[in-house]
Amino acid sequence: MVQLSRWKVILVVLSVVFGVLFALPNVLTPVQREALPGFLPKGTLNLGLDLRGGSYLLLEVDTAEMRAKRVSNLVEDVRVTLREERIATTAIAREERGALITLASAAQQDAAYEALQQAAGAPGANGQPERTVQRVGSDRLRFAFTDAVWNSMASQAVDQSIEVVRRRIDSLGTREPSITRQGADRIVVQAPGESDPAALERVIGQTAQLTFQMVDVENQTQALQTGLIPPDAELLQDETGTPYLVKRRILVSGENLTRANVGADESGRPAIDFRFDGQGARRFGEATAQNIGLPFAIILDGRVISAPTIQGAITGGTGQITGSFSIESAAELVNLLNGGALPAPLTVEERRTVTAELGADAVAAGALSTAIAFAIIIVFMILSYGFLFGGVSVLGLLLNGLLIIAAMSMTQATLTLPGIAGLILTFAVAVDANVLIYERMRDEARAGRSVIASMDAGFNKAWGTILDANVTTLVAALIMFVFGAGPVRGFAWTLTIGVFTSVFSAVLVAQVLLAYWLKSTRPKKLPIAE
Amino acid sequence: MTWWPLIKIVPIKTNLKFVKFAKFFGALSAVLCIASVIGVFYPGMNMGIDFRGGAAMELTTADGRPLNLEQVRSAVDGLGMGDVGVQGIDDDSSAILRFQIPEGQAQADVVERVQNAVTTEVGAVTYSGVSVVGSKVSSELFTSGLLALGAAVALMFAYIWFRFEPQFGFGAVAGLVHDVVLVFGLIVLFRLEFNLNMVAAILTVIGYSMNDTVVVFDRLRENLRKYKTMPLRDVIDLSINETLSRTIITGVTAIMVLAALAVFGGVALFGFSIALMAGIIIGTYSSVYVAAPIILLWGVKRGEFAEEAKPVKLGMASRP
Repeated sequence: MVQLSRWKVILVVLSVVFGVLFALPNVLTPVQREALPGFLPKGTLNLGLDLRGGSYLLLEVDTAEMRAKRVSNLVEDVRVTLREERIATTAIAREERGALITLASAAQQDAAYEALQQAAGAPGANGQPERTVQRVGSDRLRFAFTDAVWNSMASQAVDQSIEVVRRRIDSLGTREPSITRQGADRIVVQAPGESDPAALERVIGQTAQLTFQMVDVENQTQALQTGLIPPDAELLQDETGTPYLVKRRILVSGENLTRANVGADESGRPAIDFRFDGQGARRFGEATAQNIGLPFAIILDGRVISAPTIQGAITGGTGQITGSFSIESAAELVNLLNGGALPAPLTVEERRTVTAELGADAVAAGALSTAIAFAIIIVFMILSYGFLFGGVSVLGLLLNGLLIIAAMSMTQATLTLPGIAGLILTFAVAVDANVLIYERMRDEARAGRSVIASMDAGFNKAWGTILDANVTTLVAALIMFVFGAGPVRGFAWTLTIGVFTSVFSAVLVAQVLLAYWLKSTRPKKLPIAE
Repeated sequence: MTWWPLIKIVPIKTNLKFVKFAKFFGALSAVLCIASVIGVFYPGMNMGIDFRGGAAMELTTADGRPLNLEQVRSAVDGLGMGDVGVQGIDDDSSAILRFQIPEGQAQADVVERVQNAVTTEVGAVTYSGVSVVGSKVSSELFTSGLLALGAAVALMFAYIWFRFEPQFGFGAVAGLVHDVVLVFGLIVLFRLEFNLNMVAAILTVIGYSMNDTVVVFDRLRENLRKYKTMPLRDVIDLSINETLSRTIITGVTAIMVLAALAVFGGVALFGFSIALMAGIIIGTYSSVYVAAPIILLWGVKRGEFAEEAKPVKLGMASRP
C-alpha cells in the first residue's frame, strides 16, 4: 500500500485540477467569470437564503375551500338551469361533490334529466365533461362532479396556483425565484434578495378572483331590513362597508379576461381597462342586453369594487372598471388580473425572511470561524505529529477544503449557515482518518515491525475502521436529508460531500506523500513512533 | 525539542482499568439519564418557533441607540400575543423578539401590528430577520424531527448489527440513546432553544458518537480474535487503552474547533455549537463507559470469531 503507485498519483493530481477548476469561480469577480472561456465551469457556491438574504414562504392551497366553492357554483347552475326549463323542485340538497335534486313531480324527471345532461355536457378545461347526471328513484336526480374531475381537482388547483404565483412574482421583478410544489397541497416560494417581503406576501396572498354578478334589486331593500337572504343571492360589501345583495350566479369571471391595463375614467382618475375573450364577450353582451337599466356588481375576492348600472348592451368585449383606485393600487390589480386568479385561496404557513445585511453578517461570521478552525487544526496536527506527518494531514485537509468548495459549486448545493457549521466539523473529523492511520502505524512500530511494514499495516488496518466510522456519519446525514427541511438539508448535504472528500483526501494524499517520503529518504525509524 | 511532536509524550501504553469503574459510571449515567428525561417534561424544553409555532423577529434600532428591552416587551405584551420573549443580542441595539400568533388571525396582519406597536414604543427600528411558523407546520416539523432521531438510532443499530454482532449493536445503541438523552438534558439545563438546528446537532452527535464507538468496537473485535483466552473485561480494557490516544486527539480537535464556532459563529450558531460540543464529550465518554461495558453484561460468543488471527506479542510486560 505504501508503494508509490502511478494511478494514485494521477488521481491526486486530477483531483487537485478538478478542485482548482471548480473552486476558481468563487474568487473571481463577476466580470472575470464572464471572461472565462466557455469550457470552464462558472458556478459559484450557492448560498442559502439565510446567507444571501431573501424570503422563504411556505404556502398552503386551501383546496377544501376551493372544492366547496365549486360545489356552490354547481348548485347554482342546477337552480338556474331548472328554472329556465320551468321545472319545479321541492328541494335541492347540497352534497359533498354535487347536488341531490328532488323534483316536485316525478313526471318531469325525464325533462330535468335532459336539461341537466345538456348543462353537464359543456366540456371543462380538459375537453371532457366535468359533471354527470344520474337518476335516483323516480323523482330525484343527482348532479355531481365526475370522479376523475373531483379527484384531480385539488392537484390541478395546486399546479395552477404555482403558475399564477410564478407570474405574479415575475411581475414584481424578483430575480431567480424558486417556486416548487411540496407534498399534496403546498407550495414553497424562495425569493432571494426580495427587499420587501410584505409586498411579496400581499401579491401572492390575494386570490384575485374577479366576477361580474347582477345586483338583486328586487330583494335588496327587504333583505337589508329583515336579514332574510334569498337562497340564490349573497350579501357583499364594498370598501366603505356599503352592503349589496348580489345574485350568486356569475355572469362572467376573470378567467375570460384577455388583457387588463391601467386607464383613466372620464374625470381622469385611475381606472382599469379590460378586454374579454370571445366567450366572455358573448356572455357579457347577452347579460347586458337582457338587463338594461339594472345594476351589476364587479366583485374582487368577495368585495364589491363598483356596481354600475347597465346603460346599454356591451357587445364589443371591452369595458372599464372604475372605483376608488390610486395609480399604485390600479397597477397592482392590473398585474394580479393579468397574472390570473388563484383557483383557491393561499394561506402562508411558514415565512422566513432575512435581510441581505444579516446574511452578510452570517457569511462573515462563518468565514471567520472556518478560518480559525482551520488554523487550530493545522497548528494542532503539526504540534501532535510534527512537520512531516502533521504536514501531510494538513495538505490532505487543504485538498479536502478545496474539493468541498469545488463539489458544492459544481452540484450547486445550497450552503446554509448550519451548513458552514457542518463544514467546520467535517474538517475536524477529517483529520480523524489521519489520526487513525498514524496511531495504527505507531502500534505496529511498537510491536517491532519495520518502518515500511508498520506504515503498510497502518494504512491497511485503519481502512476498515475509517470506512465504518464514516458510514455512520453518512447514515446520519441521509436521515437529515430525508426528514429535514430547508437549512437542515443544506447541513446534511455539506456533511455528505465532506465525508467523501475527507476520506479521499486524508487517505490518498497521505499514501502518496508518505510513499514518496519513504522512497526518497529510506528512513530507519518512524518519526511518530517513540 | 524532546516534547515535540506532542504525540511522543502521550503515554506510550496506557493501562487504565476502565471496566473497573464501569459500575460507578454506569450508575452515574443512569441517574443523569433519568434526570434528563424528567427535565424534558418538567421544567420542559425551551421550544423554538420551529416546533411550537409563532414568530421571531430580529430587530435593531435604526440609529444604533441602545434598545430598551423592557419597553419592547411592554409594547408587545399589550397586544395579547401570548408568550412574549425578548432577548438582547450582540450589542445593546439589537434584540430577538418572539411571540405567538393568536388562533385564527392572519400572520401578516399580526406581524404588522406588532411592528407598529414596537415602533410607537421605542422609535424607528429595522427588522433584519423575520420568521413566522404556523401551528400546523410546526407540529409537522416536530413530528418529523422526532422521527428523524428515531430513524437515526434504528439505522445505526442495524448497521452495527450488520457489521459486528448483536451484542455490539445493543452496546452501541445503549451508548447512542444515552448520548441523545443527555444532550436533551443539557439543552434543558442551559435553556438552549430547541429548534430545527438543534435536531441537526443531535443527529450529528449520533453520527459522531457512533463513529467513536465503532473505532473502539473495531479494535475490540480484533483483540477478541487475537487474545482468545484473555478475560473479556481485560480485552475491553486493552481495546479502550489502545484507541485512547486517537480518542483524545480527535476529540480535542473537534472540541477546539467547535469552541471557535461558538465564539465567532454568531448568535444563530451558538446553541448549535454548544450542543455539538457537549454531545462530542458525552459521546466520547459513552464509547468508553456505556457502549463497551454493556457488551460485558451480555457477553460475547468468542467461538464465532475466525481462527486466522495469530496472537501477536505487543510487548506489554504488565499483561498476563
